[in-house]
Amino acid sequence: MSETSASDYWSANKRLIAFCLTVWFVVSYLFGIVLVEPLNAISLGGYKLGFWFAQQGSIYTFVVLIFFYASRMNALDRKHDVHED
Amino acid sequence: MDLQTLTYAVVGATFLLYIGIAIWARAATTGEFYVAGKGIHPVANGMATAADWMSAASFISMAGLIAFNGYGASVFLMGWTGGYVLLAMLLAPYLRKFGKFTVPEFIGDRYYSKAARIVAVLCLIIASITYVIGQMKGIGVAFSRFLQTDYDTGLYIGMAIVFVYAVLGGMKGITYTQIAQYVVLIFAYTIPAVFISLQLTDQPFPQIGLGSAMGDGSGTYMLDRLDQVVTDLGFKEYTTQTIGSKLNMFAYTFSLMIGTAGLPHVIIRFFTVPKVRDARSSAGWALVFIAILYTTAPAVGAMARLNLMNTIQTGEVGSAEGNLAYENAPQWFKNWEKTGLLKFEDKNGDGRIQYYNEKNEDMAAKAASYGWAGSEMTKVDRDIMVLANPEIAKLPNWVIAIVVAGGLAAALSTAAGLLLAIASSISHDLLKGIFAPNISEGAELMASRIAMAGAIFAAGYLGLHPPDFAAGTVAIAFGLAAASIFPALMMGIFSKKVNNTGAILGMLAGISVTMFYVFQHKGIAFVPNTAHLIGGAGSEGFTANWFFGISPNAFGSVGALVNFAVALTVSSVTKAPPEHIQHMVEDVRVPKGADAAVDH
Repeated sequence: MSETSASDYWSANKRLIAFCLTVWFVVSYLFGIVLVEPLNAISLGGYKLGFWFAQQGSIYTFVVLIFFYASRMNALDRKHDVHED
Repeated sequence: MDLQTLTYAVVGATFLLYIGIAIWARAATTGEFYVAGKGIHPVANGMATAADWMSAASFISMAGLIAFNGYGASVFLMGWTGGYVLLAMLLAPYLRKFGKFTVPEFIGDRYYSKAARIVAVLCLIIASITYVIGQMKGIGVAFSRFLQTDYDTGLYIGMAIVFVYAVLGGMKGITYTQIAQYVVLIFAYTIPAVFISLQLTDQPFPQIGLGSAMGDGSGTYMLDRLDQVVTDLGFKEYTTQTIGSKLNMFAYTFSLMIGTAGLPHVIIRFFTVPKVRDARSSAGWALVFIAILYTTAPAVGAMARLNLMNTIQTGEVGSAEGNLAYENAPQWFKNWEKTGLLKFEDKNGDGRIQYYNEKNEDMAAKAASYGWAGSEMTKVDRDIMVLANPEIAKLPNWVIAIVVAGGLAAALSTAAGLLLAIASSISHDLLKGIFAPNISEGAELMASRIAMAGAIFAAGYLGLHPPDFAAGTVAIAFGLAAASIFPALMMGIFSKKVNNTGAILGMLAGISVTMFYVFQHKGIAFVPNTAHLIGGAGSEGFTANWFFGISPNAFGSVGALVNFAVALTVSSVTKAPPEHIQHMVEDVRVPKGADAAVDH
């Protein structure tokens, strides 16, 4: 594996992480805490939306994010030829 | 069969199962004792991680805190799940690639310093023991209810069982045992939730039931009804009440998230998967199994609160017949009174139970006009709510028995995992790694067992007067890990510039700041009535003067920022790490070649 390939791989990984952590931040800190009052004006069934993000929605998003990251990284591993076996 | 016999039978059967598995898979060599030969499938590993992770704090304590803090308790829900995102992206795959046994080993190698390794071990021990104190609280609550004793006796019995249990098997035993424990605890948690959700809202899924209308035909949403019921008695509105300021909620969540990613007994799990890519997906599977409980918990908390309020306030607030007569109090009420965790005092001598928020002035004035003389539920320990919940909802006895078994499974599995992490820190990192490199395998194993026993006694003693409810105590442990370990690990992977001096000073600064602040509010080393010695609670002129309104339980986030700042500043003015360390960092960043790193 060449030097450039390794550093390209690492930058691509960091970009992917930055994207995922932005989503992570938005659904929990932003929707669940900072913007909870305005979002609570919207209803999701019997849930206020901000409350729903804080107690349900953020958790579902976290699960999806990890599997998304894992599958994108598997593709990146192969693309940059740094995968195992 | 009566409830007591049934509970014995169910708890006994699950214990036989765990012990049977532990004996069947008894650890042979020290390597297996720690990480089970690195051959566990990601889904199985995820399930074991979930059992390991979901402790008395998650199972027994958290829904109780949700019940009484409503929206404010969201910090636990987001904080204890969001950390897995960080773990999967920032730590787990790289630490797996590095391929050593323990977290301090990585820190010692990456920062080419025995001192760094020792500091990491000390931070881990402090965080882990604090964590075990929280477990001991949960174990004490569960055993006192199960055996119908007072809390202290329950705790002593629990200590003895944890000791036997943790010493019996190492990680391998624990991995398979924990899969069984996960199954027991998740059924124990969800079955009563489904029943109660059906009772209240006709919805089998608690996650949906919580957002549905009441099943009584009134068309009122369950959460709106709950808001109404609690505000009628002067409590804060359930769906909007907070824990401190917004900044505190933010800091609390952040502290729990990065603490999750810094705790040794969770990270060590990711050393046990076969490949680097498995470390990523394993974190995802762990979170799937955790999320089943964590998305159910808000429903458990809200519905338990509603049922509790309706049990006591049976009629209109203020009417003479509106409150439950003590002589008609249900059996669960009397059972919990025996443990000392629930207390009733008939202040106005009317033989009925009044439960309201006496600190709310408007409510206190109204109460006085009803002839109430103060709230008569003088103690409602939050940690009893989950265990009492099925009884409050009048569910069948077998459900109650399963919940007790699940609570014990949760507390025991985590206590065992933590004790193992403490034991391996002392025997593997301190003794074999630094002070006695030539120690035999047998002696190393013996040392780790002695360390376990010591940790159980320390935590059990402090568990008699825990600094907070189980989940609150555990939150402090997370803050300590957040302030010390997480920054050192993350910078070790994502920066090639951070050096030995920077990392050591960073960890020391982070954990010291956090510990000092916590001890000022909770007592030195959590020993009651000692905080005044360092100018804290109880000393003259001390008011609970929170730094920017950030509570001690949330302070790990500030400690972590201090750690990052100190490490980066010191590293920028001291010598850069040597060439081979920089190569090592480059190497852990790519999965290729991981198998070679596995061999020890």
